[in-house]
Amino acid sequence: MKISLRHTLIGGLATLFVASASAAEIELLNVSYDPTREFYREYNAAFSKHWSELKGDEVRVRQSHGGSGSQARSVIDGLDADVVTLALAYDVDALRQQADLIPENWQSRLPDNSSPYTSTIVLLVRKGNPKNIRDWDDLVRDDVEVITPNPKTSGGARWNYLAAWGYALNKFDGDEDKTYQFISKLFQNVPVLDSGARGATNTFVQRGLGDVFIAWENEAFLSVEQLGKGEFEIVVPSVSILAEPPVTVVDKNVDRKGTREVAEAYLGYLYSDEAQRLAGQHYYRPSNPEIGKEFADSFPDVELFRIDDVFGGWQKAQDTHFNDGGKFDSILEEISRR
Amino acid sequence: MTTTTASGVSQQHEANPELSARWRRATEEPVWIRWTLITIALTFLGLFLVLPLLVVLYGAFEQGLGVWFAAINEPDAWAAIRLSLLVVVIVVPINVLFGVAAAWAIAKHEFRGKPILISLIDMPFAISPVVVGLIFVILFGSQGWLGPWLAAHDIRIIFAVPGIIIVIAFGTMPFIARELIPLMQQQGKEEEEASLTLGANGWKTFWYVTLPNIKWGLIYGIILCNARALGEFGAVAVVSGRIRGETNTMPLHIEVLYNEYMFTAAFAVSSLLTGLALVTIAIKSFVEWLDERSRESTAISHEGAVS
Repeated sequence: MKISLRHTLIGGLATLFVASASAAEIELLNVSYDPTREFYREYNAAFSKHWSELKGDEVRVRQSHGGSGSQARSVIDGLDADVVTLALAYDVDALRQQADLIPENWQSRLPDNSSPYTSTIVLLVRKGNPKNIRDWDDLVRDDVEVITPNPKTSGGARWNYLAAWGYALNKFDGDEDKTYQFISKLFQNVPVLDSGARGATNTFVQRGLGDVFIAWENEAFLSVEQLGKGEFEIVVPSVSILAEPPVTVVDKNVDRKGTREVAEAYLGYLYSDEAQRLAGQHYYRPSNPEIGKEFADSFPDVELFRIDDVFGGWQKAQDTHFNDGGKFDSILEEISRR
Repeated sequence: MTTTTASGVSQQHEANPELSARWRRATEEPVWIRWTLITIALTFLGLFLVLPLLVVLYGAFEQGLGVWFAAINEPDAWAAIRLSLLVVVIVVPINVLFGVAAAWAIAKHEFRGKPILISLIDMPFAISPVVVGLIFVILFGSQGWLGPWLAAHDIRIIFAVPGIIIVIAFGTMPFIARELIPLMQQQGKEEEEASLTLGANGWKTFWYVTLPNIKWGLIYGIILCNARALGEFGAVAVVSGRIRGETNTMPLHIEVLYNEYMFTAAFAVSSLLTGLALVTIAIKSFVEWLDERSRESTAISHEGAVS
């Protein structure tokens, strides 16, 4: 009896270690941000199948999800990512600036600025749109409360801010002062500035605060589908920003691990018809216009501008607007003085 | 000492009803104060303990046992459970070793800097778990002090299982030592000295004299340490890298599920973790009860010997 118990224990421990060892045929680690979970779960299965048909090898793709900025930080600190698929180029570029993990030209290595799928910023309103919100202009009305997280701490909130800024700049024909007043007015309508996108979603969805929630298009679809079917509606503004979540191979890691070939194929396959369709099903806009047409019904036409064209890239937008002493700081100061 | 006085007093009560009535008046509050205190305590317990517990259980089993089982019986969930148990199996023995050694040194020996050692042992309680995680990132991260050396030798510590074990061992370090130090100090070293003068060596003394004396405290410390090792979140979140099926412990896996809008699954794994905690508490109460009983029986046998 004693012997058999001991054997079982030893056997159990042995399987525990063997199981983690024998599964290492080819293993990739994809470090990504929060809203891509559902998409990559399906894409990984699809790629695994594709690769085993092509090469006969089994590929297992591990996922790690979290806030885009903190995920980048982890890779810089040594998280062994083969590929990163983050929310904004600014975060990916940190891998180069802080740790020299990728070359300077990383974003031009794949088509479409290395963004196989894109998204944009839309407005989520309550059922029936009781405040009749149609466009960015309605967000500065006195009777409207807006929910958006704090751009100081949330990457998604920066997209929100820049989308509104781009719209206003266009509306006022490039008049920076008027644009500034517009954004300032908008933030006066924000009752609570949550620190992250998830907290802001809860504020709007669970706590029922606010009339309109500025959100990623894919997240907005997900909220509508999963959190409260029929309780919310998506309003697409006339102009919004093209959010390009970029992907890249982490060169230093794949060269050390010898996984470059698979890692590059993994990202390359994101541009295949199959993957593009998967992205569309998960509410990302496919970068391939042909596949995009198949999803024309779910993605209403909206005039999209690029951050590079209006703000001169992420680094510049960050410096002008969000760093200490930037435009957003003076807006907050102005509001608190009232 | 205090217990004997109290029981002596209560015996007096029974002997003299008038005196006992006066005693009561002096030591007990009016009925309304008692009830207010009880109501406050129960309301707090109900709101902050029982209600959340019920919510977890309700959320977990709302859609039936089948759904609950499906949520648990999933590779990533199993990996998380396995990792959490592996951590416990490694961390608890390390902390037993450390706790006993530290308590032994502090309670049975005099040396310079003892107060410093005692405060150092308490440090993991005082430091926020997130800071604990960051300390090890700064130490072992590839931008950190030892990072380049570790990378050159292909040793992975953070964003891998060793890092998780290290931060949890750090966070749970004080539990056993803290439990043993007052106990061993209270017991003094007379029995050990007696054993040594009777010719037993140090190891024998520890095994036959000290260990039986601290047995219950040690078990209690192990239980607390175990509970905390299973539940630790903050520090692990910093060093784990959140690789699913690999470096997600149970609490981290719950957060992952919650963030994926998989509320039922999140609650199912939560209920499992809560279940483990409840089992821990049950074992703890049982151990206390055993402890009590063994003390009573020794007390009775002592009394018998005296009379």
